Amino acid sequence: MIRYLARRLLSLALTLLVASVVIFLIIEVVPGDTASLMLGVNADEETRLALREELGLDVSKPVRYFNWVSGMLTGDFGISYTYRTPVSEMIADRMMVSFPLALYALALSTLIAFPAGIIAATKRGSFSDVSIMGVTQLGVAIPNFWFAMILVTIFAIKLRWFSAGGFPGWEVGFFAGLKSLTLPAFALALPQASILARVMRSSLLDTLGEDFIRTARAKGLSARQALWGHALRNALIPVLTIIGLQFSFLLAGAIIIENIFFLPGLGRMIFQAITQRDLIVVESVVMLLVFAVVAVTFLVDVAYAVVDPRLRRRV
Amino acid sequence: MRRRRNLVIGALLCVLFIAAALVSFVWTPFDVISLDIANKLKTPGGEHWFGTDHFGRDILSMIMVGARTSIAVALVAVGIGMVLGVPLGLFAAASRGTLLDELIMRGNDLIFAFPALLIAILITAVLGPSAVNAIIAIGIFNIPVFARLTRAAALSLWERDYILSARVAGKSKLRISAEHILPNLLNLLIVQGTIQFSLGVLAEAGLSYVGLGAQPPTPSWGRMLAESQTMFSFAPHLAIFPGLAIVFTVLGLNLFGDGLRDYFDPRLRHNRHDETPEAIVNDERVS
Amino acid sequence: MIKKVSTVLVAVAIATLGAVGSAQAARTDITVGMQLEPPNLDPTAGAAAAIDEVVYANVFEGLTRFGADGSVKPALAKSWEISEDGLTYSFKLQSGITFHDGSAFNAEDVRFSLNRSRAEKSTNAQKQLFASIDTIKVADPETVVITLSAPNGALLFNLAWGDAIVMSPDTFDKAKTAPIGTGPFKFSRWVQGDRIELVKNPDYWGTPAKLDKAVFKFISEPTAAYAALMAGDVDAFPVYPAPENLAQFEADARFNVVVGSTEGETILSTNNKQAPFDNKLVRQALAHAINRQEIIDGAMFGYGTPIGTHFAPHHPVYKDFTANSAYDPAKAKALLKEAGFENGFKTTLKLPPPSYARRGGEIIAAQLRQVGIETEISNLEWAQWLEQVFRGKDFGLTIVSHTEPMDIGIYAKPDYYFQYDNKDFQQLMSDLTLETDDAKRAEMLQQAQGIIADDYVNGYLFQLAKTGVANADVVGLWENSPTQANDLTEVYWAK
Repeated sequence: MIRYLARRLLSLALTLLVASVVIFLIIEVVPGDTASLMLGVNADEETRLALREELGLDVSKPVRYFNWVSGMLTGDFGISYTYRTPVSEMIADRMMVSFPLALYALALSTLIAFPAGIIAATKRGSFSDVSIMGVTQLGVAIPNFWFAMILVTIFAIKLRWFSAGGFPGWEVGFFAGLKSLTLPAFALALPQASILARVMRSSLLDTLGEDFIRTARAKGLSARQALWGHALRNALIPVLTIIGLQFSFLLAGAIIIENIFFLPGLGRMIFQAITQRDLIVVESVVMLLVFAVVAVTFLVDVAYAVVDPRLRRRV
Repeated sequence: MRRRRNLVIGALLCVLFIAAALVSFVWTPFDVISLDIANKLKTPGGEHWFGTDHFGRDILSMIMVGARTSIAVALVAVGIGMVLGVPLGLFAAASRGTLLDELIMRGNDLIFAFPALLIAILITAVLGPSAVNAIIAIGIFNIPVFARLTRAAALSLWERDYILSARVAGKSKLRISAEHILPNLLNLLIVQGTIQFSLGVLAEAGLSYVGLGAQPPTPSWGRMLAESQTMFSFAPHLAIFPGLAIVFTVLGLNLFGDGLRDYFDPRLRHNRHDETPEAIVNDERVS
Repeated sequence: MIKKVSTVLVAVAIATLGAVGSAQAARTDITVGMQLEPPNLDPTAGAAAAIDEVVYANVFEGLTRFGADGSVKPALAKSWEISEDGLTYSFKLQSGITFHDGSAFNAEDVRFSLNRSRAEKSTNAQKQLFASIDTIKVADPETVVITLSAPNGALLFNLAWGDAIVMSPDTFDKAKTAPIGTGPFKFSRWVQGDRIELVKNPDYWGTPAKLDKAVFKFISEPTAAYAALMAGDVDAFPVYPAPENLAQFEADARFNVVVGSTEGETILSTNNKQAPFDNKLVRQALAHAINRQEIIDGAMFGYGTPIGTHFAPHHPVYKDFTANSAYDPAKAKALLKEAGFENGFKTTLKLPPPSYARRGGEIIAAQLRQVGIETEISNLEWAQWLEQVFRGKDFGLTIVSHTEPMDIGIYAKPDYYFQYDNKDFQQLMSDLTLETDDAKRAEMLQQAQGIIADDYVNGYLFQLAKTGVANADVVGLWENSPTQANDLTEVYWAK
């Protein structure tokens, strides 16, 4: 086990190292200069060079890479070129929106998907199963930005139940904050819920067909007892894995939705940073997101290995 | 029974859109390149079945030509994913447990770990927006999907007796991969290809919605949505028709993929490959 | 001064009436929508219009300032004297001014701020505004004397720009995130990515603001801007980004649509050094191939004024040259034939993000196709546009709105991105800078407009309209946009 863990950890570290190089290379070749963007069309070359010097952009790329990586190892993500504030503070601020939004969307999709998946699996082939599966097919096929547009038109403009977007801040009250995240959370949750319901259904069908459930049924457990007592618990493993992965992608995957609802989240910050060529922000956020995914995958793998020693061989 | 129905509905929808795309090469109700601003924002009906957009272009015609863009981008992107991903998966499986296998699989993990839409935006920032760059962006994220699927499926085949006998007969791993493993994976790849195709259509719509796909005047569904959204409140038809086009195409491809899988292998009916964590994660990357 | 007293009286009267008249007090806060978030809040450290749109006249002030009609007015300087030779300006400052942090303002702050902006290592985006300044001296705490190296008829105008505002030497380094100025509003808080909040400065030296609080909310998507106004999340959107929605707002009694003028000459910029545009006949053909009205109707839904040269039509010395380049595709074809391009040619059309460029570009591409010119459109972000088009000069055609006021001088820079190189024009512009007589200046400016119109330097399309939408009860927002600003000093709620 220790040997396995050491190998996985080494591989994790190497992956992150490679990722940092790849990220730096991709982002540094992006044409466009943040200094000339900040100075606009009237500034001369001399002014532009002065600003580049002020921003620390005049040092060579390898040095900048080294500074960036060594800074990150100590928790320092650098200073944003355009905002002139520490990137780590900016990320922390935006997380106050993106994290709850991702959590909210995930909660919604789970609340919808679990009952739907369970009904579909237990009443397999019935009318409810067919219609639930039909709806999930549609849910996967609807582009979420289109869905968001329709939500805004109906619930914000026509009915005026929700505001069209924006985020007042948590200090105005928990429910006010939650309310402003409701429409975006629904827009994000639709495809998630559809996928999750399908996974739930097929995973449950798999376990219901397995030997131990048959044994339990043979021992006299009712169908309901078998479902709640055994099948559901076992079916949850793949479902939870997916939820874990969905969450890390929801954090950054909300770029378009955050734009439509003008939420000051991580996705909109990075989108803006790209257009402003605030490369240090882009690099640090992408690195953080990659780290999150790699770390989740790592933890899931280790968890599986702990449960099932055969998997340790696989690496 | 249900399996058949999925296959038939899916196939019908796919045929409809492929036909629309093909017909658009020789005929569309109206020209989609020239503008007719005097006739802008016509509501559906009359000679313009789906109405006209803010430049007076016929929306039906634009959807037909847009189908071409969507299909082309998604198809080529999935092609790239297959052509690069399948051999990688075969290599990895054939050299199971070695450094090569490890490298390929970690490389896949790495691509998976990148936020896809962001990378697409960055690719566009470097190369400029175009349909070709949308293909590259979508294609890259299709590679690990096929590599992982191929490796997983190939690994189980390598345990089979007839493969073992081929090894004993002295055939090289490469030859076995090509002659025995790959043909057995074809059904699986076709099914996954269909699913990825539908995700590609969705991804292309997402990219061109944010302005990263085909450039004007080439119509694309995503850009039609983006350009019309400020008019949604007074001319909803501008956004509804391209939106429905996306929904029905993706739906059709998904149903068709499901149906195909059941047709090829009824035993797999509820063990969907696109419901493995990898495929799910991939699904939400770009949309 | 009399005017000031009367406004105070009116304000008092309104306040009294309000107190007596209605139990429900009028609102004293406003939420203003803006499309772009400023990268920082120091107008001397960036060209982004969004910076000025938040802080100009609200938080920061300079010696002079622009009024709502574009005229140059006294601000921190209450009066000035200009020497006979036009080389020495002495500015008499207002007394009793304090910065928002309580420290006193004096002539030393003016000298420091202007010197900082024109220093060698300055990162001021409009450094050229200060180019003619030789020295800045403090005569006494309330008098600043500026001497020029050569007469400059535009100095007072230049000093009115947001890039020439005055800060304290003690706080300038914090201006990017926590600006300390002298204006009627104090900076309160910035929730990055979402909004900036200002509060009334109770110690303001001039007429105090009528509002207690102002919030600038950043909404980049036009759809979201529409939704936010309709849902009442923002009270005003002074530069509303989607002209297609204005008719709906006009039809809705809750809103007031204000269409004013801006300093934005929207032009089809042409690379004058790139073949075939180095041929004047080709540029002339281009000009006649363009149907301005169709562009205004199609891209701007009718908002915008056709222009025939690079000058704002609302300016008193503007001359109408639109007939010079009237829409005439047959003539365009004939000119192309004469230039040797009977079968047309292919070129690039690079479009920055604003909708006037993206939509206008599609329309122009269609119009040019009618005369045989094929364009390859590429949509660029601003960063790419600056790199490729503006700095790299790698383009055939592009569409951009030049929003700086009185910027015809850019045609005198041969290395400016459209690369127009005309010695006569350059001479005229340097003469203009030295000229201080207003009548002669007007004549020279008209002459300049004529030269570039006759040379068909660029395709002159239309003057960008300022299309603002506000809650019908909001009074006092600027109608026009002589500079990019949202001066909230006189804004209040009618009920």
